Amino acid sequence: MSPVKTSPTGRPLVKLSAIRKSFGPVEVLKGVDMAVEEGQVVAMIGRSGSGKSTLLRSINGLERIDGGVIEVDGECVDPGQIDLRALRQKVGMVFQQFNLFPHLTAGENVMLALKVVKKQDKAATRAAAESALAKVGLGHKFDAYPSQLSGGQQQRVAIARSLAMAPKVLLCDEITSALDPELVAEVLGVVRKLAEEGMTLILVTHEMRFAREVCDRLVFMHGGRIAEQGPPAELFDRPSTPELAQFIGMVEAR
Amino acid sequence: MLNFTLWDILSNLLLAARWTVLLSLIAFVSGGIAGLLLLVARVSPVPPLRIAAKLFIEVFQGTPLLMQLFIVFFALPLIGIETTAWTSAALALTLFTAAYLAEIWRGCVEAVPKGQWEASASLALNFGEQMRHVILPQALRIAVPPTVGFSVQVVKGTAVTSIIGFVEVTKAGTMITNATFQPFLVYGLVGLIYFALCYPLSLSAKALERKLNVAR
Repeated sequence: MSPVKTSPTGRPLVKLSAIRKSFGPVEVLKGVDMAVEEGQVVAMIGRSGSGKSTLLRSINGLERIDGGVIEVDGECVDPGQIDLRALRQKVGMVFQQFNLFPHLTAGENVMLALKVVKKQDKAATRAAAESALAKVGLGHKFDAYPSQLSGGQQQRVAIARSLAMAPKVLLCDEITSALDPELVAEVLGVVRKLAEEGMTLILVTHEMRFAREVCDRLVFMHGGRIAEQGPPAELFDRPSTPELAQFIGMVEAR
Repeated sequence: MLNFTLWDILSNLLLAARWTVLLSLIAFVSGGIAGLLLLVARVSPVPPLRIAAKLFIEVFQGTPLLMQLFIVFFALPLIGIETTAWTSAALALTLFTAAYLAEIWRGCVEAVPKGQWEASASLALNFGEQMRHVILPQALRIAVPPTVGFSVQVVKGTAVTSIIGFVEVTKAGTMITNATFQPFLVYGLVGLIYFALCYPLSLSAKALERKLNVAR
């Protein structure tokens, strides 16, 4: 990864076409099209139930889609989705609840998939884990168990765990929502750094200020569809749908 | 008429108790291994495996151990498989133990938060790797007390095998009673032997449970 901010290349890295998904009788995604270019930082916003998390989770196959095609760097997910292994090595994911493995140390959390999935040798695995943890500012916590870390530190370990796999794109599902307010900044700081280094990021977030400052593009979801998308400043200042105007009003009133 | 001292009775019962212990161990170890395979099938993403495991568990939990023993002992020879009291007892108890342990352990696997499955899946681990490296190590911690607790059921379950002529401590008790005409004494001793075997197991299950609650 180059330390210089690379601008989006124009090549679609993630391409979603006509994604449909229902939970029982409720259709939560009603044919969503979206493309994310390499190096782009995209935030998905919208009310709860608008389908943004479901859309994010479908990108790495955590949600099985009912229709449409997902393509990530040449790997396809279709409704059949038999083998997701290749795709998931290209797509990292960080969760709201951190989901660190509690029986493993921070270092072991990061090393597990390198060892098991990438079959790297011991020394390479260790080195990769150390550098990933150093990157999130937790090089000194290699041997700490998740229970010994604060929420913010746990989330940073979770980010390091995903980064160590060298994904093409990182999905972040409300990664600061479970944190105490004073711990939010340290996690967002790491994400901001990743964005500056040119990592392709797709975030579901409620941090509007962060979205405005860091993202190249904002995607506003409403009722299972993308209602509006574009540069953050444009969307915030001149929302063209009443739904977005109302949403921004609600968020800012908080 | 012959006279039997208390020691005659007790020593013979204790000799027979060796077989109770050995049968319990065999049932528990082989049942544990079979139970683990059954558990993996039961929670696997492959529907036919899941259904087959579920059916197996339902059948063995829904019928008396005695019936299972009869079927293994009397029915297998009908289809050309020769059985002895030993092999029948070991096989029936193994299947019985496997079914119960698989179901106990399934509960433990389901107690592991869903986020652990999702995080490990996102790291491209497949089902087997998820189970081995992420889910089972966590489930194991919760599984120890109920598993030790269930071993008591296995020890007591061995008593049933006396019906098909396997000479463990209950069968030995019956034989000795037939010779001594002292059922109260003999079966009392048999009961004490079972208690001596089971009580330490129950105690350790309780201790493990306490230890686990403190560790949390």
